[in-house]
Amino acid sequence: MSETGVRAAGLAVSLRGVTKIYDNGVTALGPFDLDVVRGEFVSLLGPSGCGKSTALRLIAGLAAPSSGTLNVSRRAARAGHAIGFVFQEPTLMPWTSVRENVRLPLKLAQAPAGEADARVSEALAQVGLAEFADAYPRELSGGMKMRVSLARALVTDPDILLMDEPFAALDEITRFRLNNDLLALWRNLHKTVIFVTHSVFESVYLSQRVIVMTSRPGRISAEFRIDTPEPRVEDFRMSAGYAGYCREVSRALAPSYSGLSGA
Amino acid sequence: MSSTQNVFRLLLPVVVLAVGIAIWEFVVRVNDIQSYVLPGPLAVFQTLVSDWPVLSQSLGVTLLTTLEGFVAAAAGGVALALLFNQSKWLEYSLFPYAVILQVTPVIAIAPLLLIYLQQQTAVIVCAWIVAFFPVLSNTTLGLNSVDRNLAGLFQLYGASRLQTLRYLKLPAALPFILGGLRIAGGLSLIGAVVAEIAAGTAGAGSGLAFRIAESGYRLNIPRMFAALLLLSLAGIVIYGVLALISHLVLRRWHESALGKEN
Repeated sequence: MSETGVRAAGLAVSLRGVTKIYDNGVTALGPFDLDVVRGEFVSLLGPSGCGKSTALRLIAGLAAPSSGTLNVSRRAARAGHAIGFVFQEPTLMPWTSVRENVRLPLKLAQAPAGEADARVSEALAQVGLAEFADAYPRELSGGMKMRVSLARALVTDPDILLMDEPFAALDEITRFRLNNDLLALWRNLHKTVIFVTHSVFESVYLSQRVIVMTSRPGRISAEFRIDTPEPRVEDFRMSAGYAGYCREVSRALAPSYSGLSGA
Repeated sequence: MSSTQNVFRLLLPVVVLAVGIAIWEFVVRVNDIQSYVLPGPLAVFQTLVSDWPVLSQSLGVTLLTTLEGFVAAAAGGVALALLFNQSKWLEYSLFPYAVILQVTPVIAIAPLLLIYLQQQTAVIVCAWIVAFFPVLSNTTLGLNSVDRNLAGLFQLYGASRLQTLRYLKLPAALPFILGGLRIAGGLSLIGAVVAEIAAGTAGAGSGLAFRIAESGYRLNIPRMFAALLLLSLAGIVIYGVLALISHLVLRRWHESALGKEN
């Protein structure tokens, strides 16, 4: 499928038989097939080193696949960037303010200053950090740094948001809050989200679809559709349905860990 | 507790200085040592005051040379590091020679330079040779210390080489560059002095080192001490100014410039 074909089919991302083999001969991924519908929230779940981050980096264009085809739908003729990426670390520039960190993608795209100002303010408001625009990253807590990172990914108004274990390093309460905020953003902004995590609970809580991966090489071993009335709120975490999904997904994930003694 | 500690940190060196000067003066007086052998600190101070017109002019000359050497070293060091960072081939071809220039004692190079260059130029070149290397090696280290994820982010947003350099590599390298400059400041003073000494009285210059050499021939020992004192003070001030600049530039974000209480 070409890029326009992908777009016509209502897909945001389409991978067919994609593999990634590193220079040292290790097959990190694949063959890997994945279709993500526009506006969908999909989680890639698997043990560390199962290639889920590799898949994300391929979709982002940060690395090239060794074989297979990869198509990412792009809206034509618009400023900014089609993809926003949130790393596991906040990955902020420590030498400048929150505002300048969020402005970076626009600055690199040489967007007009006035327009950039408005979009930076909007993105900061979306993540609830409008008052901290002039703070420096070191003055913020871990959760707030992650919000800055999220605002920076949103500032270009991307179609697709790629998130690589973004909340893994946060404490649980902060993580739950950011989970809820992310769901609210996803509902309001209609982004396609591909979310990499190794937490069963997080993947089930957030996603419409959970894709369980095996390691070495990374392949899809199971897929679950999480059907629950929208909008999801904190109550969903307490529900029997949620616990049921978590049990099923955990069971599917177990074989992926069996080969990894001590991992 | 820490405030008492701070007071002691400031006070103790001053006490050591005072005691040292007192012992020096005492030894000179008790043994009745002549000032052409070893002048007491009072005599040195008197000479500093009485010879101030000559010495201050020499100080100006040495400081100007040091500044020129320092600026050349800073510009040259950073520029070379940027070139090396852009092209590995250039780095492989030239870096060994930068090391050779660094490890060859400048005092041995100075007489040669004085043959081929005018004295004023030779002095600046000497200051440059000793001072550029720390700037070069620190800047190189800094440019290579960029956070991988940040580099990936710049790649994701399609940053050009120039944008990556300007918005990522240079700011990331700034603490390293400033550290290099702090070393280079003191070294360029040393380079300037070495070249002046090598030029000796044959030179047409009139820097502080030249005054020391000249005063040595005339057995004007108090003036030698006075000139040495000025050189020392100049070195301290240069270091202090560079440390202050570094602190002011980095205080908002870099660990090295943040207070310990944080």
